[in-house]
Amino acid sequence: MSMIGRREVLAGTFAHAALMLPGIRLARAETERRLVVIVLRGAMDGLHMLAPYAEPAYRTARRQLALGPGEHGGAVKLDGLFALHASLVRTAELFARGDALFVHAVASQYRSRSHFDAQDVLESGALRPYARRDGWAARLVNLLPHGQALSLTPVLPLLLRGSAEVATYVPYADEQIPEDLLNRVGAMYDGDDLLHDLWIDALEIQRMADDRDSGGRRLQHLAGLAGHFLADDRGPRVAVLESHGWDTHTNQVVRLKRKLANLDSAVAALKSSLGAEWSQSLILALTEFGRTVETNGTGGTDHGTASTVLMAGGAVRGGRVIADWPGVSPRTLLDGRDLKPTTDMQALLTMVVSEFFGLDPGLVGRNLFPDSRLALSWQGLVVGRGTL
Amino acid sequence: MPCGGCSPTAGLSHVLVPFRAVASEVEMASEAAAAMDSATLGYGAAIALNRFGLGARPRDRVEGSSQAWVLECTLAYRARPPAAAELEHSEPLLGRFLEAQHKFRERRRAGAPGDVRPNPAAGLAAEAYSLQLQARMSMAVDSSASFVERLVHFWANHFAVSADKAILRALAGTLEFEAIRPNVLGRFSDLLLAVERHPAMLIYLDQARSIGPNSQMAQRSDSSRSLGLNENLARELLELHTLGGGHTQEEVVELALALTGWTVGGTKLFRQFPPGRFAFRPEAHEPGARRCVGRRYAEAGEAQAVAILNDLSLHPSTAHNVSLKLARHFIADDPPARVVRRLATVFLRTGGDLPAVYRALVEAPEAWAVPLAKFKSPWEWMVSALRALQIPPHTFPFRSGLSDLGQPAWRSKSPAGWPDRKEAWAAPHALLVRVRLAKKLAEEAGLRDARVLAPGILPGVLQRRTAAMIAGAESATHALALLLCAPEFLRR
Repeated sequence: MSMIGRREVLAGTFAHAALMLPGIRLARAETERRLVVIVLRGAMDGLHMLAPYAEPAYRTARRQLALGPGEHGGAVKLDGLFALHASLVRTAELFARGDALFVHAVASQYRSRSHFDAQDVLESGALRPYARRDGWAARLVNLLPHGQALSLTPVLPLLLRGSAEVATYVPYADEQIPEDLLNRVGAMYDGDDLLHDLWIDALEIQRMADDRDSGGRRLQHLAGLAGHFLADDRGPRVAVLESHGWDTHTNQVVRLKRKLANLDSAVAALKSSLGAEWSQSLILALTEFGRTVETNGTGGTDHGTASTVLMAGGAVRGGRVIADWPGVSPRTLLDGRDLKPTTDMQALLTMVVSEFFGLDPGLVGRNLFPDSRLALSWQGLVVGRGTL
Repeated sequence: MPCGGCSPTAGLSHVLVPFRAVASEVEMASEAAAAMDSATLGYGAAIALNRFGLGARPRDRVEGSSQAWVLECTLAYRARPPAAAELEHSEPLLGRFLEAQHKFRERRRAGAPGDVRPNPAAGLAAEAYSLQLQARMSMAVDSSASFVERLVHFWANHFAVSADKAILRALAGTLEFEAIRPNVLGRFSDLLLAVERHPAMLIYLDQARSIGPNSQMAQRSDSSRSLGLNENLARELLELHTLGGGHTQEEVVELALALTGWTVGGTKLFRQFPPGRFAFRPEAHEPGARRCVGRRYAEAGEAQAVAILNDLSLHPSTAHNVSLKLARHFIADDPPARVVRRLATVFLRTGGDLPAVYRALVEAPEAWAVPLAKFKSPWEWMVSALRALQIPPHTFPFRSGLSDLGQPAWRSKSPAGWPDRKEAWAAPHALLVRVRLAKKLAEEAGLRDARVLAPGILPGVLQRRTAAMIAGAESATHALALLLCAPEFLRR
């Protein structure tokens, strides 16, 4: 059955989905591989996604935030050391089938605990913030013959800037105000008599109208769309999504329960809409840095360093946690507070991307991360192109 | 009074002097404050750019004396920049509208009941409104003489017409472009006359169909047609445009009678005259002398009302009314009485020379004493946001944004215009809408660094707390949104 025939059966209005995209030329890229990058903005707590439950130091440091296997633990045991947050139901299934893995204790080389600076480094592929005005994913697209990329974000992110073969697509205007923004606006108005009082009333109005999970459903919807566009033979081969709201200084347990469920739905939606192309696909969920090992006393954690990378897709050799695990006991912590990074983000991406697309790692490294001297490791995380 | 370390270095090191302390100090020693160069207090630039001007653009810098800077910028003002020059003049526009409307009515009277073709006049009006609003926003965002642009908006609000009917939708902007823009730096009497003779005003306040009870037209007509005096323009002229109150109902009637004959060609009662143009029709004019504001005005046709308007424009109450409104707009919701008196004195002494009044306003120490004293109206906030983020107006749906915020352009629903007090705009729901729009604006602006932008557009008034919130934002887009919602950006 042809691609198009099945599309019409499955997706109804999304037949020939890529034809709907302004800015996307209908051209068949040479590669069959599909890459999705999900940028998690706000510093996702890798230790809460994937908890080293078996380490006593973890329970001590995380106190009431600690997760563990078992009925009330909030996590599902993956192996003797790590447990996966219970919200990631579909991802756990993929893990069990070998279609997902996690890389732990990953960070970029730039030690910054500023969202801005670190996101810039994460996306630009440079060693310092504001050194480059284009992104590594754009440079990757330039390496793929007839390759194109699609960003399902309101603003074209730095990650995809610098290539002519990029389009953005946002199907509807997002009327919801993100929770993080609401919180910060409230904090800004704290010292202002007029605005403080107005804001309290405003939040009441917002609460009544609020659709708490619209952000999550939106991510899920966009992920589904991304999959449809990627599945089209003549569509883009790289898609970028983003998710806000990971900056859990407070109320981490409740907030990450929801956020991780959102992420899980997005992964599931991608798998569903990619269809047969799932076997040729790779989803990377990345964040700019992690969070402190110890909880901060307001039910959350503060900015840290190393975090987790989620990889999912038919091309993943999954079912394992990849980590040169430093542990979370106090004497191993970076600056006495953060999980120490033992895998470099750029080295990881170079290896994974080159194997995934069947490109020379040296070529990929020079193009995607030109300022870096990369010590490559972790071969074989994905099925190389051409082998199935 | 400590300055608190107003460091000249770039970045987020600006420390804000507590506002309340500054305000009380000034009340106690206004003369001393007057002598102080506002630049040493650190927020003169912010007042120059954001309260006198329409909002700092990223590369705007105030050099030297803030007051001199504001006055010098006025030299760059152009009454007819390219954006305005491309617009259709009210005369042909109104002509086309009236023609289309007339045809539609004829067709409906004569035509088949099933004829459901829409009124083309409505589409014409909607298109004109849209083009005019785009031009207005373009001029506001691009101007380097934004103090004068702000004054244009001020006068457009003072002489408000509201686009509630289709015909006014076509015309509302033309009053601002044709009557106000050319006269904003002239004499008040010229401005007043240009406005009161403009078809938009004559139609809005029903002057075009006001007929003197003893005029030839009234006497010739049969009683089936209701031809009569309409007092609307006269009333608002005295109440809002000039004196600001203190007059009698008799004076309203007398002025209304003097104004009869002031009409617009092509309108219902004057269809045979050149459409869309001011016309004085003697057959509609009430004969006889009139009494108004303590003087007698001999019968003089069109010149009779002109004489009254000229006297009104030099009346002490007018001077006070205009001065109060200017002071309210540029200084505070409740400006000090002494500065209002000072402006009114200049107004009278110079015979209503507006630049002289503006100069007195800019040079008033009271205007520089308290930063962020005014809460931005939705229009002001939107313009300042587009200027700060350098977003081309045609790429952003600002019109629906303004509607959502409760200030659709040229639709104040009242000849009194939009209120100039914070109570009108600072409300919980409105605040949420601003946050939502701020996010959209930030998304439209793309990759700009709010941390770098903030001290430049809010020089000397950026609070540490705000700067910290911006710096800690989850993403660059959120940081820009926070900047646009900041207490310092919601005010001017």
